[in-house]
Amino acid sequence: MLKIDGLSASYGKKSILTEISIDEIKPGELTAVIGPNGTGKSTFFKAISGLLKGTLGEMVLNGDNLRELSSDVLARKICYLPQSVNTTAALTAFEVVLLGLKFQSGWRVKDEDAKQVEKIFAILDIDHLSDQYIGDLSGGQQQLVWIAQAIIRSPEMLLLDEPTSALDLQHQLAVMDLLKILTKKRNIVTMVALHDLNLAARYADKVLVIKDGKLRAFGVTEDIFRTDIINETYGVEVEVQTQPSGTILVMPIRSKRQLRADLL
Amino acid sequence: MTDIVDNSGVEDGASKRYLRTARKRSIIVFVMMAIVAFSVLLDVSLGPGNFPLSDIIDVLWDENSHGVSLSVIVWDIRLPVALMALLIGAMLGAAGAEMQTILNNPLADPFTLGISSAASFGASLAIVAGFSLIPYAGTLLITTNAFGFALLASFILFATTRMRGVNIETMVLVGIALMFTFNALLALMQYYSSETELQKIVFWMMGSLMRVTWSKLAICAVILGICLPIFMWRNWQLTALRLGDEKARSMGINVSRLRIEMLILVSLLSAVSVAFVGVIGFIGLVGPHMARMMVGEDQRFFLPMSVFCGALILSVASIISKMITPGIIYPIGMITSLIGVPFFLSLVLKQRKRSW
Repeated sequence: MLKIDGLSASYGKKSILTEISIDEIKPGELTAVIGPNGTGKSTFFKAISGLLKGTLGEMVLNGDNLRELSSDVLARKICYLPQSVNTTAALTAFEVVLLGLKFQSGWRVKDEDAKQVEKIFAILDIDHLSDQYIGDLSGGQQQLVWIAQAIIRSPEMLLLDEPTSALDLQHQLAVMDLLKILTKKRNIVTMVALHDLNLAARYADKVLVIKDGKLRAFGVTEDIFRTDIINETYGVEVEVQTQPSGTILVMPIRSKRQLRADLL
Repeated sequence: MTDIVDNSGVEDGASKRYLRTARKRSIIVFVMMAIVAFSVLLDVSLGPGNFPLSDIIDVLWDENSHGVSLSVIVWDIRLPVALMALLIGAMLGAAGAEMQTILNNPLADPFTLGISSAASFGASLAIVAGFSLIPYAGTLLITTNAFGFALLASFILFATTRMRGVNIETMVLVGIALMFTFNALLALMQYYSSETELQKIVFWMMGSLMRVTWSKLAICAVILGICLPIFMWRNWQLTALRLGDEKARSMGINVSRLRIEMLILVSLLSAVSVAFVGVIGFIGLVGPHMARMMVGEDQRFFLPMSVFCGALILSVASIISKMITPGIIYPIGMITSLIGVPFFLSLVLKQRKRSW
């Protein structure tokens, strides 16, 4: 279970997050983190994973106060996947995923380690990418490899920052399906920052809305996906519909913000 | 009845392919080690006075087996030079590999951050003004001065980068500033030097293995013996560092500490090598590149391969430097680039286009 009390974070003197508190996110629940660009979603993830210096507040995961844990213990408990990872390293996709398994252990790779990596490649159906250099893969293929690396670390909490941004529709659905099952099966806390509101509405058990560094709303998906909340958060006009199947659909109507096309 | 367990046409799994590649890479590293050993032996056996290889091996086994003169030639002249080529090549290969890793840039080398410029200035100061950074240096005046200034440059680099946060941009910018400063100071020393002193400075900067002594060899071996196990101990972390700072930090790696730790060791390796044999560029850049092409960037293979590639380049350069004109030994720094560049270019052209 994750509990956050009064989390604030800043870069130097610039405050990014202010007093974010969450009563509880239970293990097995997938939480979508939504909000406009530059609103503090990535900072929120970095603050929880202990990657930021200027954080205040208390964060407790399964009984452990995260601020008291060392960086290597934190890395075993929490896996944060940044929004974009650019690397030109001469490492194959297989080696990148293997790193996720071996980064804190002895230098020898056992057969079981390699088998475990192979299994993750099979789960994500990317076996054909395993021998290719990471830099030679397309953005979407790289994203699948990073997701594989995150999964193999078997953390207690997964924080994924827009993990589907470079994926095609089929892969977006497949990855979100996988994350949903993984969260339940391993009984972990998963938070996914998403810009695609329909994807968030379809898969999230709970939704956390951040705007201007503050928590605007937090609750079960049905309660958060309301026209007024979405309109106010994003500065848009949308129509939120619930399909007979129970799926929530967000239909954009127009943006309240106009760019200066007259200057073109 | 057809065989239902028909594996024909079925590809091996990813794990098998990986383990096979890993085994292949281990073999490549061991083969390279053998080639380096052979090259060192060849380096000892070649030189003015054509002695058969069997005699050389005999003398290496039993010092007095073929008389005093051959014993002196092998043990006092050729072997120290051959071993120095091996050790300095290995040091520059390792230092280059880790400098490229911590700066996340395959174009970096051990001297990227101004260490060689500082050492050259230190040496020139000793040659022209007789100034010594370390008191009572005696005959080792040039060596200790070069070493002292190389370490001084590294210290300025650590201090400044620590103040501003240890990121790649700060390190490179401070390194470039140091390089320009010491190059300007070196030019100033050359401007004020006499003709003989200028010649001495230029010759020192060309790099030479002839300044070797057994005690220098022992120092190199000890430094290498300290640095390599630390690099190997940190192998996964160093490999992860190539995925970028944010990714490495998310894996629990203290990136700043790792970078400073590696920078200290790389500086030590570079400072010792430049102080003992002068500026031998190219190896620290190309050794790791060759290694990367052959075994990738998993540090478990990349580091030893860089060490052996560096050692091989310098050992072969040492052989060629005495083969061009019998009786004359050309400055090793010059030869290294001359033989290394065509070889390196052929490797680059043979490789298919890679993202790195």
